[in-house]
This record gives sequence, structure tokens and C-alpha cells, in this order.
Amino acid sequence: MIALLRPAFAMVLALTLLLGLAVPLGFTGLAGMLFPAQAGGSLVMRDGHVVGSALLGQAFTSARYFQPRPSAIATPYDAAASAASQLGPTSAALLEAVQQRVAALGGGPVPADAATASASGLDPHISPENAARQLHRVAEARGLPEARLAELVAAHTEGREFGLLGEPRVNVLRLNLALDALR
Amino acid sequence: MTLLGWAQIALVLGCVVAAAIPLGRYIASLAAGRITFLAPLERALYAAAGVDPAHGMGWRGYTLAMLAVNLAGFLLLYAMLRLQGVLPFNPQGFAGLSPWLAFNTAVSFVTNTNWQAYSGEAALSYTSQMAGLAVQNFLSAATGIALGLAFARAFAGGGVKNLGNFWADFVRVNLYLLLPLAVLVGFAFVAMGMPQSLATYVEAHTLEGGTQVIPLGPAAFQIAIKHLGTNGGGFFGTNSAHPFEGPSALATALQVWSHQVIPCALALAFGHMVGDIRQGRALLAVMLGYVVVATALVYAAEAAGNPLHLAAGLDAAQGNMEGKELRFGQALVALFTATTTGASNGAVNAMFDSFTPLGGLVPLFMIQLGEVLPGGVGSGLYGMLVFALLAVFVAGLMVGRTPEYLGKKVQAREVKLAMLAVLVLPATILGFSAVAMVLPAAIGSIQDQGPHGLSEMLYAYTSATGNNGSAFGGLTADTPWLNTTLGIAMLLGRFAYVVPVMALAGALAAKPKLAPSTGTLPTHGALFAGLLAGVILILGGLQFMPALALGPLAEHFVLAAGKTF
Repeated sequence: MIALLRPAFAMVLALTLLLGLAVPLGFTGLAGMLFPAQAGGSLVMRDGHVVGSALLGQAFTSARYFQPRPSAIATPYDAAASAASQLGPTSAALLEAVQQRVAALGGGPVPADAATASASGLDPHISPENAARQLHRVAEARGLPEARLAELVAAHTEGREFGLLGEPRVNVLRLNLALDALR
Repeated sequence: MTLLGWAQIALVLGCVVAAAIPLGRYIASLAAGRITFLAPLERALYAAAGVDPAHGMGWRGYTLAMLAVNLAGFLLLYAMLRLQGVLPFNPQGFAGLSPWLAFNTAVSFVTNTNWQAYSGEAALSYTSQMAGLAVQNFLSAATGIALGLAFARAFAGGGVKNLGNFWADFVRVNLYLLLPLAVLVGFAFVAMGMPQSLATYVEAHTLEGGTQVIPLGPAAFQIAIKHLGTNGGGFFGTNSAHPFEGPSALATALQVWSHQVIPCALALAFGHMVGDIRQGRALLAVMLGYVVVATALVYAAEAAGNPLHLAAGLDAAQGNMEGKELRFGQALVALFTATTTGASNGAVNAMFDSFTPLGGLVPLFMIQLGEVLPGGVGSGLYGMLVFALLAVFVAGLMVGRTPEYLGKKVQAREVKLAMLAVLVLPATILGFSAVAMVLPAAIGSIQDQGPHGLSEMLYAYTSATGNNGSAFGGLTADTPWLNTTLGIAMLLGRFAYVVPVMALAGALAAKPKLAPSTGTLPTHGALFAGLLAGVILILGGLQFMPALALGPLAEHFVLAAGKTF
């Protein structure tokens, strides 16, 4: 066994240089050239500033914006600390949270995504039904006709990928950026 | 459940099978040493280690070389995690891990478990991820596949001592199988939105005037090997549910493909290696049969939703959405869940802790069935073959036929070794869980009260022993007690299983290969597949029923009665 350890260490070190440094560093360089936007975190810019990532949800609490799903992160939508509630199906705390969210939304039935916390705490999307429920509030806060906002939501609703995979959804950051651009 | 949902599931599994067929042939060629396109690099690695790839090894020599490589890998990774604070590529300035956490994490990645008691973006430097964890993602996967190939060789001929050369198998699997696939899948993942960058985290100024720190890292390449090698350890804390680690439904589908394709291809490679592809197909049919059933059960349970939450005013259309991301949909969550637990992968795209009781029972049970459906890379193959040997033995007992598998007589020694391996899982899982449930140091880690609390603890030891790595995440795992005992459970689940299995391979290889007679049970047909499925369920699963009755099953009835804790 001791005689085997020398070749074993040498092999692991050699493979670390290859698979842990040479290949991933080369891969990083090439990925940065081929897909610079994605490799760098799909950042969204406005007026020369980074306002977020197209893939990460961010906190919106103002009535003037469409609001994302509840986030279970200690500071909601803190992207440096992704987390879920991890509460079980018979958790009283979870049931209470759901009841409070439903009440805050003006009573049920509400789309499930509007009253449940996502797995990452950073879900960038809401369902089209969830967006529709927020139309009235946003229209009132902005003094805009609801129909105009409904068009905006429709334009930002992504269907299933290739018409098959996943669920229809609305990217909240992109929708709110478009909302700000309306004025 | 919807037709559209099932179409998604069928499409992904269809792509797995379509790719596994040529890949199985390729792996059989690789095992025979016929793949050589990186020969200079391969020779350089042998020379660096000073090993001779040509001489044959018996089961002891093969196993010792494997153990030496894994010990070296563990020591290097442990040192790297402890010294993280002074190593390069650490733009966030993370300090070294505590001894308990470093032990747990190093064991976790060396055993192909990838249980995570830390959160990647909040604790680990780019060096630790890229040159530490990701390297072990390759090496632990190559270890498993090498062992699987060695086990398969035991059936190829009669009266052989030689199971191959560990160094040659290990290097070739890394260079010719894992590396090219990881590069290809990695680029696809970058294109879909996963970061691949060594830059410092970005500070964004949000629309409402706040700030958001956006984590980055060399993620896409590591995520590719994390799935291809059935490792499962997330680059980010919430694994494939994190929008950077699972940016779209397509990405999650490709991840399922990635953690299914090699284990499935290995079953077919086995068929090629023993000269009868039908043998491989029979194993694959059992594996995929279980995956489809498990997917259906999770899908039905989660799409139906949590009755308490529906009564509180949630619309039923989306199903149970607590701990789930909107973009994937319930069908791909169910498929991901069944495959990640059946394949000993352990990545998650939704949080099992918040699943309905029956939805959470399925991943737990899939691991307890022995991680052979289709199992981890390599470990799924040798685990399945252990069950196949037990199946012919059981059949022999029932109908009085000679128990033999592929011309190898299954006798007392083989059955003892096989059972020794199979018993590691229940003994470790139930033993550790039972101790933990009466020990205050362990009980304090439980988050949820009621039967769900037992499920959390049972899941942790099941996941660790099965080398899976997924979790009921409410459990506070980063404590000295859990870090240490879960680390020991991972070591037992990997190495206490592998040693008797390799002894079994040695015993089988030495036997003469008999020609099939009229008394031989054919092992390629539907009858044998059904028998094998039954043996897995009874020998693998039955001993867990009492524990499951107290955990998820009890919770199911409690939930139906409307009780919360």
C-alpha cells in the first residue's frame, strides 16, 4: 500500500494540473470569447450601469413594479446567499406563511407561484397569471391604462421552450425595465 | 399530470437511450484499449506516476491501486480546503474550512457523494471548486467506471485472474470519456447561461435603488462533470435550482441527460464486453423501468399539490410550488428527482424537503434500493450485477435450476460476498439514523417537527451511505457530529461495498465459463428482468419499510388529516 502511494499521489497531482487547471482555464478563456455575455453572468445594463442579471430575480417591493415570488433568503433576493425555506409539507410555519401571502394578495384562489417561496430564492420569473393579478395595482400606481400594461405583459411572456419544455413565464426584471422605459 | 408533461419526460429519456447505444459500444472499445486519440498525453500520465499500464492485475492489486488513488485524492483535497485562504483564485477572500467541514467535504467528493454541508458561493474559492472539487468529480467518477469495467471482465472469460489494469482504466476513462463529454456539455451549458469566469462577484444597482451582489465562478465546466460523473455537488448553494446552475428548462433537461447517459451506456457496454448485447439490454430495461415508475409517482404527488395549501387559497393548477422554480415545470422536476436519486447523482432542481410526503418518499426510496437504477457511473453497473447474481440464486432456489450467470456458477462464497455488500446499505443507514434519533447532539439539527423530522435525518444518512448527496435541506448538517458520522457513512457506502464486490469479481473471474445448458435460466428476457426488478425491491428495499412507515408514510396520513407541526 505504501509503495502504491507514491504513484497514486503523482497521478492525482498530474490529473489535477490537467483537469483542474489547464483544461478549465483554457475552457474559461474560450467560453469568455465565444459566449462573453453568458459566461459573465448575463448582466443587464441600463445607462452604463449593471442593474442585475437577466437570470436572477431581484427584490421589488414598490407598488409601481411587478413583484417577484416570495424569497426565503434571509434578505430576500440576496444573490450571494441562495436558499429555500426547506419547510416540510406539514410545517405550521409554512402554512401560516402561505395564508398570510394569500391574504395580502386579497384572498384566493391565487396562482401558487405568488404565495410560495422558490427553490433558489432567486427565481427570476412569475407565471402569466401572477402577472395578470398585479396589473391593476401597477396601473393604478403608475397612472397608466391597464390594457397598455396587459400588452406589455403579453409581449414579455415567454412560452414553453421549443413549444414543449418547461412552463410559460414572465421575467420580472425585464418586464419592469420595459415598464420604466414606457414613461 | 398533463400529456405535455409526459412528452417532455419521453423526449429526454428517448435522447438518453439514443445516445447510450453508441456510447455503450464506445466504452466497450475504451475498455479494450482500442481508443487512443490522446495517446501522448496518456503515456505522459503513466510516466509521471511511474506505473506500467500493460500488466494485468488480480482483484487485490486492482482494489489496492484504487484505494491508494482515493486516499491520495482525499488527503490533497482536505489540505486544499483547509488552506483555501492562502491559495490563489480567491477573489472573495474566503477563509479555510473548519476541520470537520473539510473532512466531510473531502470524503464527500472522493466517494462520488457530493453531500454539501456548505454553500458554494458563500464559502469556497475558485481554486477549491475548480482544482479541488471538480477534479474529484472526474477522479471519483473514473474510479467507479474503472471498477465497473473490472467487474464486467470477470464474466468475459473462464479461469482468469486478471481483471485489467487500474491505472490504464482510470486514465483512459478520464481522457477518452469524461473529459471530451465534459467539454462539449460544458460549452452547451455556457451557451444556455451558466457563468464561466474567474472575475470578482459583480455589484449591481437594482431598479429600486438597492444593491445585489451577483456571484460568478468557473461554474459551467464543473456543472458539466458534476452531472456526467453522477457527482451532483452544486457550484452554487441551491444546486441546479439556482438560476445560474439551471438557467432554463432545456438546461435542466440536458442535466438529466448528462447524469443518465453514462450509467445507461455502461449497462450496454457490459453487454458488448460479455459478447451478448441482450444481457446489457435486460439490465437497462430494469433500470429505466424503475426510473419511469418513480417519475410518475413524484409527478402525480407534486402536480396534485399540498392539500393544506390548496385549502388556504392556492390555485391547484401549478401543483406544489414551495421550493420549486417556475421555469422547469412539475414534469421536469419529477424526472430530475427520479433520475438524480436513481443515478446516485444528488443534484436537485427543486427542494425535496418541501415536497409532499409521497413526493419526498420516492427519492428516499430510490436511494435505498441500492443506487442501481441506473446508479452512479460504474457503481450502478457493479451494483446491478450483484443484484443479478442474487436474482439467479433466488431463481435457482425457487425452481431448482443451477444458479449461474453468464456461464459462471453462483456458489456459497459468491452469495456471501454479494450479501455482505448489499447489507452495507441498510446496516449503515438504519444504524446511524437510529443512533442520531436518540442523541441530543444530532436531534438539534432537525428543522421540522413531527414525522417529517425523522424523514430529514433518515434522508441524510441514506443519501450519504448511498453516495447520492441530495438532502432534505432543512437539516443543519454543518455540525461536528453530523459532519463526522455522515463522512463515515459515505466511506462505508463506497469502500465497504466495493471491497467485497471486487472480491466477488475475483472469485467469479477464476471460475470456468460454462456453456449454457437446458437447465440454465436465460438472463436476457422479460422473465429475468421481472425477477431482477423483484429482487431489487425485496432485498434492496424491504428492510427500510418500518423506517419509511414512521417517516414519510406517517406524514402522508397526518397531512390528509389536516394536522401541522
